[in-house]
Amino acid sequence: MAKPVLDIKSQPGFKTIAILCLAILYIPILILVIFAFNAGDLVMSWEGFSFKWFGIAFENQEFRNAAKNTLMISSVATVMATSFATLAAIGMTRVKPWPGLAAAMMVINLPLMVPEIITAVATLSFFALLAGAFGLNFGIGNIMLAHIVFCIPFAFMPIRARLEDMDLTLENAAADLYASPWQAFKRVTLPLLMPGVASGAALAFIVSFDDFTITQLVAGPGQTTLPLYIWNKIRRPITPEINAISTILILISIAFVVTSFLIARRRKE
Amino acid sequence: MKPKKAAIEARGVSRVFAAKGQHAVAALDDVSVTIHENEFFTLLGPSGCGKTTLLRLIAGFDFPTSGEICLYGEDIAMLPPFKRPVNTVFQNYALFPHMTVAQNIGFGLEMLGKPRAEIDARVFEMLKLVRMEDLALRKTSQISGGQQQRVALARALAPKPKVLLLDEPLSALDYKLRKDMQIELKRLQHETGITFIFVTHDQEEALTMSDRIAVMSKGKILQVGSPHQIYDEPSVRFVANFIGETNFLNGVVTKNGRVKLAAGPEIEAAGSSSSGSVTVVVRPEHASLTSLAKGQLKAVVSNIVYFGTDTHFHVTLADGAVFMVRQQNSGGAAAKLSQGDKVGVLIAAGTARILQD
Amino acid sequence: MAILASTADTQNAKRNRWLSAPALISIVIFGILPLLVILVYSFLKPAPYGGVVWKFSTEAYSSFLFQRDIFDDTLQFTPDYLIIYARSIGFAIFTTVVCLLLGFPTAYFMATRPPEQRNWWVLLITIPFWSNLLVRTLAIMFIIRDEGLINHILIWAGVIDKPIVMLYTNFSIMLGLLYSFLPFMVLPLYSSLEKMDFRLVEAGFDLYADKRAVLWRIIIPLAKPGIIAGCLLVFIPALGAYVTPLILGGGLHLMIGDLIAQQFGSGRNWPQGSALALILMAGVLISLFFYVRNTTGKMHHG
Repeated sequence: MAKPVLDIKSQPGFKTIAILCLAILYIPILILVIFAFNAGDLVMSWEGFSFKWFGIAFENQEFRNAAKNTLMISSVATVMATSFATLAAIGMTRVKPWPGLAAAMMVINLPLMVPEIITAVATLSFFALLAGAFGLNFGIGNIMLAHIVFCIPFAFMPIRARLEDMDLTLENAAADLYASPWQAFKRVTLPLLMPGVASGAALAFIVSFDDFTITQLVAGPGQTTLPLYIWNKIRRPITPEINAISTILILISIAFVVTSFLIARRRKE
Repeated sequence: MKPKKAAIEARGVSRVFAAKGQHAVAALDDVSVTIHENEFFTLLGPSGCGKTTLLRLIAGFDFPTSGEICLYGEDIAMLPPFKRPVNTVFQNYALFPHMTVAQNIGFGLEMLGKPRAEIDARVFEMLKLVRMEDLALRKTSQISGGQQQRVALARALAPKPKVLLLDEPLSALDYKLRKDMQIELKRLQHETGITFIFVTHDQEEALTMSDRIAVMSKGKILQVGSPHQIYDEPSVRFVANFIGETNFLNGVVTKNGRVKLAAGPEIEAAGSSSSGSVTVVVRPEHASLTSLAKGQLKAVVSNIVYFGTDTHFHVTLADGAVFMVRQQNSGGAAAKLSQGDKVGVLIAAGTARILQD
Repeated sequence: MAILASTADTQNAKRNRWLSAPALISIVIFGILPLLVILVYSFLKPAPYGGVVWKFSTEAYSSFLFQRDIFDDTLQFTPDYLIIYARSIGFAIFTTVVCLLLGFPTAYFMATRPPEQRNWWVLLITIPFWSNLLVRTLAIMFIIRDEGLINHILIWAGVIDKPIVMLYTNFSIMLGLLYSFLPFMVLPLYSSLEKMDFRLVEAGFDLYADKRAVLWRIIIPLAKPGIIAGCLLVFIPALGAYVTPLILGGGLHLMIGDLIAQQFGSGRNWPQGSALALILMAGVLISLFFYVRNTTGKMHHG
């Protein structure tokens, strides 16, 4: 068969730009990662392949503290944010509009609309006020609370999307077959919602794990997280240790994105 | 005839939807009907007529704005669906995608707290009933449309409901499968003896399957009767028009109880009317064509449509009205007609009826 | 009887409100309340070591435009803050435009791949999208700094003998912003383009349009919701960018973001920082207002 004269979908130059953009996006990261395996001490002079900087990074007590803090904060924030978001998604998706629903949607999306720096200074001021005026200081809990708030909309979105895709008549069918509302939720709605919840949890975790701006302004002494740890290290002479830690963070991000992606793919089948 | 017990009785049921800033819409307007035990009862009408709304009210997915719905005498109108011994076969089947066929069928019994052994036995019984024994462990997403339909049926029958509701369950099936399922449903209803309430917009389906039919339009029930009654004795114009093809002839009632048609002759017509001018209905298969001299009505052939088994002859009457005659293609003089021919139309005795509206 | 149908509805509404409560209450207390706190703070006086003194003052706002001359106590117009805001807006607009110019073809290309392939492309864009912003900005820094890769290669190749200064300049910030936000533009655009009905494109060709016309008269107008979403998703964070000027701006406080942070840090002027933050917030709200105006009327629910 003759080659079609016109490929209606292609536009001139678009393919080149697309490849260019992907290259632009990945090359800096790749370079950063490659130099993490540099055996030498100066970041830019390559002296052979080695894992030593990863070892040095792991041995550092501060690193381990930061990792521990980050995991703690992100785990708590993820669990809380995802639970709240799941409940809210159920109460706000595909339901008869209740008074205040529109406002509620705006509130849920609020953390996404406010630039992080504003949220950061506002949260800092808020906790400073609580500590100063009421003596309330939750320690690392302050950071957790701040994280929960901005994680909620990230968990909310995939859960809501999943609910919108779900066949509503299934809940009717369950009720028709003598399931009480709680039984219908437990046996029908929740299992079918799970992929969305898992996706939302993955997103919430990575957003909390990676956060820098809010955490930096709200964190007190001894409450370092991994991103803050990297920032502290930049001030001092730069060694490939930073590359190593950065690589670890990138790998974690990739792991979560891929996981989220696979979950979403599975549910489409 | 033995008096039939009422399984479902609806009295003065209305369902009004009031949206803000818009006119209130009555999906159901003061509907009353009695559905007998053990019968195959069909709600028939075009989309928007209220048949699905009524079904949902009986199932419990919606509540009437006024009126009562009684199940064996007990008003269930306000009960949630999981408290009604009524089960539904949904139009899109609504099978639980994360459960197997067997789990789906057993779901209702599980929710009722029946012991495992009883559930398993009943599921097996149901699988045999719908002839799906070897598909018990399949996920419902892996079976065909027709098979899903049967699983939906089995699932709804398993808890032995007092009434089974079917919401256009055959509309997604192709022609051959639909025909097969119609026979299957009829058989199931007979075997189980459960009252079936069937919703459809397909009048052919309604006529072939039902014991009784309720024809609905715009939120009201227009006529309830057996398929014969609905077809041969339509009470109002809508019913006559909706079911099968009909001819409408205008006329005036004469002193001796006959009707003088606007198209010319006087004919016998069953039924009576309070007003003088009436509409008479004649089914196309109850009329025949003959020579101009022998016919009751004089007509001119305007169009001939061939259907394989029959031919439809569209003719124009003396008063300009259009009339259709259906004749089987078994040879005969009618086969030689063509457009423009002058013909006579005969109406078989006892088949013309006066409409009530 | 008529009441009963609506009772079920209100019961459901109550249940739904309770379900949404935990999320909403959290956001109100720890998201909205803090904003009110800085609103109040912006009208107070700064305390010497950070924090506030509870005395009313509008100085935080007046300092935005005016400085009190220490000698004769008159108010002098100072454009410093305005310049930084203007520069930030400029950067944000530049970033948005360039991201659009690069992102649209990319998203279009991705959307026109065969369906099986598309998922992989999406994955490729999603990974940078969710990667740590700090790390990604560091990656840029490593390349453009004086001892960085580019200079290293150029010096080694003999093209130059002194490093080109790229870091801590307007250039480095623009590059950083572009790099940070490109995925934010591509994803919503892709979302919109993927849903496009290509039969409309076919219809265009059928009616004698050439590729260019089809692009400008059919594809781009159809992708408008995605374009607007993408622009918003880039403009607002770019306007309030913090990490980029922090790492690539080197303490020169070239953008509002790290200027605000500095007021809460070494600047020790929380009211000033609060005022600057609120002025930024006002800018964001104006952009959002235009977005809402552009999309309601086109939004269909359900």
